[in-house]
Amino acid sequence: MYPTDYRYTKEHEWIKVAGDAGTIGITDYAQNELGDVVFVEMPATGTKITKGAVFGTVESVKAVSEIYAPVSGEVTETNPALSATPELLNSDPHGAAWLVKIKLADPAEVSGLMDAAAYQAFVSEKGTAA
Amino acid sequence: MTSPITAQLRKTALNGAHRRLNAKMVNFGGWDMPVEYSGIVAEHLATRTAAGLFDVSHMGEIEIRGPRALDLVQHVTCNDASKLAVGQAHYSGLMSERGTFVDDLLVHKISDAHYLLCVNASNQDQDFDHIRRHNAAGAQIENAGARYSQLAIQGPKALCILQRFTAVPLDSIRYYHFGFGTVDGVDSLIARTGYTGEDGFEIYFAPEHSERLWSALLDAGSGEGMLPCGLGARNTLRLEASMCLYGHEIDETTTPWEAGLGWICKTAKGDFLGRDVLIQQKEKGIDRTLVGFEMLDRLIARDACTVSIGGALVGRVTSGSPAPFLKKNIGMAYVPTGSKAPGTEIMIGIRANQAPARIVPMPFYKRSK
Repeated sequence: MYPTDYRYTKEHEWIKVAGDAGTIGITDYAQNELGDVVFVEMPATGTKITKGAVFGTVESVKAVSEIYAPVSGEVTETNPALSATPELLNSDPHGAAWLVKIKLADPAEVSGLMDAAAYQAFVSEKGTAA
Repeated sequence: MTSPITAQLRKTALNGAHRRLNAKMVNFGGWDMPVEYSGIVAEHLATRTAAGLFDVSHMGEIEIRGPRALDLVQHVTCNDASKLAVGQAHYSGLMSERGTFVDDLLVHKISDAHYLLCVNASNQDQDFDHIRRHNAAGAQIENAGARYSQLAIQGPKALCILQRFTAVPLDSIRYYHFGFGTVDGVDSLIARTGYTGEDGFEIYFAPEHSERLWSALLDAGSGEGMLPCGLGARNTLRLEASMCLYGHEIDETTTPWEAGLGWICKTAKGDFLGRDVLIQQKEKGIDRTLVGFEMLDRLIARDACTVSIGGALVGRVTSGSPAPFLKKNIGMAYVPTGSKAPGTEIMIGIRANQAPARIVPMPFYKRSK
């Protein structure tokens, strides 16, 4: 379910890292909790984001969810598909519905995040139904 | 400390059925209720285009009986119940002495000496106490919520699906009327009412039949595109239809005039709770009015967002959401009466943004007959 080459936060973001380049999204657990996603607001390319701070918003019909940066860095690209088809976040949260790509400020920050097994255990404890 | 209300969530007779359908459950006013099954958008669209089945057994029922039943109903509610025929229902307000809403409700006239009130789940106990306190007429009052389950079947195909289970000719029940009969063998009150803006029915029956009736209706409706629907779709459907929700558009601080509900406030019917205040307010004029608005950009207004006009804070959003059928972001809010005209531009405070919106006529959605 949760890709083993990603790292995860307790706020249900994922990050995939290659060198100092990272791709950030929200997890399947997060999309399921939100329900039908209708709006995604992400920062412009060039924006600096800070580990643990809010950098964007995902809204479903019923709820607003703030998105926290898993690590610090600078936004290099935002996913253009999410503006017209935010529902991608429900169907492919770990793939096509990535939110932003960043250049990591300090790749060592990644080691502090959960791996797939730890995240799976974390969400299992919370139960499957909201 | 845990308050007694949240200590133990109340459950409808269909709690197990919802969990077997993998519904997402939420605490709604102390009740463990389904918010969605397949998704709010799919459930909303199914109700607009085919049918939706809702467990609304959390709603409260209060029954008023006896020769003075009408006197009591007239005393505590603002609509004119003397105009109801047997088998007819109307929307009304349970009034405080200040002319504000203790609750909103449906009043069903079962006979000259028997009225059934359908009230909001989280208000039913306080409603019952309120009515009892004002029972100078000496009518019999029963807090009867535990004796009823209630299902709402709503949408253009609701009638044909429900008709398979009853000999009552549903076509003969006019809007806001009701009849008695069996549904799949279960004695029921069948009312042509709803909270979605669609044609449909709300059926009241004894809770022990809930699972069987729910399953039978779901099976029959599945081939017609009917979906089980949760409170999420119930909210977006009622918002598109511009219906008030207690605790949002109306509460103990709002009057019928302010909420655009003057049509249920019959001050000419004779004395009732809050009437003097309401007559005064009508003569003096209201300072604020409930309006509907559409967002002009992509941002979504939510409950409690600020409303500003010309840089001045004038009110709050009472309900705001994406509207799945209209494919717009809409909401309702109180604004100064002088600014209520459709076309007026207002600004909604959404996070760090001031997002533009425009006042539009309500209802946002009206079904074609």
